[in-house]
Amino acid sequence: MLSIKNIHASVEGKQILNGINLEVKAGEVHAIMGPNGSGKSTLASILAGREDYEVTEGSVFFEGNDMLELSPEDRAREGLFLAFQYPVEIPGVSTTNFIKTALNEKRKYNGQEPLDAVSFLKMMKQKMQLVEIDKSLLTRSINEGFSGGEKKRNEIFQMAMLEPKLAILDETDSGLDIDALRIVANGVNKLRNENRAIIVITHYQRLLDYLQPDFVHVLVNGRIVRSGTKELALELEEKGYDFLKDELSLAEAL
Amino acid sequence: MDTIKTDYLKDKFNELQSSSADDVLSNIREEGFKNFNKVGLPAPHNEEWRLTGISNLFKKEYHLSELENTITIADIDTARLPGYENANELIFINGKFIPELSTIRSSENDCIVLPLEEAIKTEYKNLIDEHLNKSYRFIKDGIHALNTSFMHGGVFIYINKNKVLQHPFYLYHFADARNNHLLSQPRSLVYIDENAKGQLTEYYTTIGAMDSFTNEVMEIVVNTNAIAEYYKIQNDVANASQVTTTHIRQIGKSYTHAVTVSLNGGMIRNNMNVIMEKEGNEAHLYGLYLLKRKTHVDNHTLVDNTKPNCFSNEFYKGILDDNASGVFNGKIFVRQDAQKTNAYQSNKNILLSDDATINTKPQLEIFADDVKCSHGCTIGQLDEEALFYLRTRGISKELAQSMLLEAFAEDIVMQIKHEPLRKYVEELIVERLSIN
Repeated sequence: MLSIKNIHASVEGKQILNGINLEVKAGEVHAIMGPNGSGKSTLASILAGREDYEVTEGSVFFEGNDMLELSPEDRAREGLFLAFQYPVEIPGVSTTNFIKTALNEKRKYNGQEPLDAVSFLKMMKQKMQLVEIDKSLLTRSINEGFSGGEKKRNEIFQMAMLEPKLAILDETDSGLDIDALRIVANGVNKLRNENRAIIVITHYQRLLDYLQPDFVHVLVNGRIVRSGTKELALELEEKGYDFLKDELSLAEAL
Repeated sequence: MDTIKTDYLKDKFNELQSSSADDVLSNIREEGFKNFNKVGLPAPHNEEWRLTGISNLFKKEYHLSELENTITIADIDTARLPGYENANELIFINGKFIPELSTIRSSENDCIVLPLEEAIKTEYKNLIDEHLNKSYRFIKDGIHALNTSFMHGGVFIYINKNKVLQHPFYLYHFADARNNHLLSQPRSLVYIDENAKGQLTEYYTTIGAMDSFTNEVMEIVVNTNAIAEYYKIQNDVANASQVTTTHIRQIGKSYTHAVTVSLNGGMIRNNMNVIMEKEGNEAHLYGLYLLKRKTHVDNHTLVDNTKPNCFSNEFYKGILDDNASGVFNGKIFVRQDAQKTNAYQSNKNILLSDDATINTKPQLEIFADDVKCSHGCTIGQLDEEALFYLRTRGISKELAQSMLLEAFAEDIVMQIKHEPLRKYVEELIVERLSIN
């Protein structure tokens, strides 16, 4: 589904990614871990199409399409979803109206009729239950005055509504208390299925305890230095990133 | 190079003075023209007019059409605003109030609407004497004096004590610029008596390809416990320029709510003055300017607190594209007696093009020591982060942009309390922003 080959990228002239390779298949859950500044969020931004980042080398194919050629909106319409680390507050735009617009833009792109009001409300109701989000939040402006947990829950709600093929969760666990983390993780788990891939970017083991990823990758200095199964995350939790860095510098010395 | 032409105005003035016999108005005009000749048109070195060069508009001669009445009912129909079926519709053609084409739905028990020339002969003579042209005390410039010099064919609106009018006033200003450049100078005096409520909406339409210049003065007097609601919608053609002065005097403890929406036109200057003449007055002034091409809009506001415990809030927002330019100048006076004044002011702008400009200037002059005043202004572009967020959900850049701009404008549009009008303005804005 997603094929990242040798991606190099820079922002404002500073090289951040130094050749990332990653293959993600439908139904898989991949976790990307790594210390601060390793390039995790840069990778998410590049995949979503943020304009400040420049891809200097490599390719990204999503469902056979050259994704780097697509605008952010077309990537979303093709089935990509990014849950933001810091969801943006947009005063004056109602959440419900926004999601309806987004959904219908996507449907239009895929040659479908816009959803009528009744079907839309039915879908909203169903997905609201799924991710345990309160209706009152959705009548308000996008994320305006939401708590950290409410913002993250709203991200997962949007994911539920937009039904992406590939979802990237960028530090969705950051800033969440234990209860909020459980609710968000349960929401994500309910959205897992054999057709949908998920990439989880995180610092911590605790979200992975809930999600049980199929693969764990460790990003250091803009490169994936180790890939493994969920046990790798446990090892990291125990030993920290330093042991990998040590191994890495040893390897580079050789 | 063309020079400024005002000589012809003298003949027009003499013509008007000799044709009308009425002493009260004639004296006011005489005084006005004396002032006009003394100070002339506002020049660029006049600080109040530094950024709005109105004198250039007088490099051509204007027709001051008196009696020709070429606007038809069909023309009027094209300009009617939603909700007109329930409104008191006042038609002005080339600056003159035309009773025959106007429709007053309120009963005479509720309100009186008369041409100024007639009203001055009725029991309202003293009231008019007392209140007409008090705006002169605050506005000494030549453009105001010019309106006063030609004060003729204006309207007097009196809302009776204890009457909350069910029929809003719609004032349509038509300028017939089909054959000549046209100068219209509407003048009105509105008196809202104790415990009464009146709502006024002004709308401007130029017909024809020649230039029109509207130089309007409206004075609104608000008595004790009365409410004045005022809306101005400027959506005229690019060859229509305007100076509008809305001079509101709150002579009793009363309430004002005003919204000015400017969407299209040539060079526009809006003077919005609120004079707090009694303790405990409250005023809310809002403005929205959505400008493109070469349109210039200058909103000059004045809130003059002369007595204690008055509250005022000003909130103006603008979106400027192309070569459009805007000015916001917010003056707040707090006189020595005006302790416990609360006066707030905010002006926010989005510039969509490199060639658009905005000048924003708060001007607070405070002579009392126990007051709360604040002002703030912002100038920026669209929030890139918000734009990206919307796009990552599959919303096109263009649509995301208009959603954000609509949201920005909505803060002001929602202040239009008259629903048919609010919906109308909302539609105009959606239409405008979706083209971009």
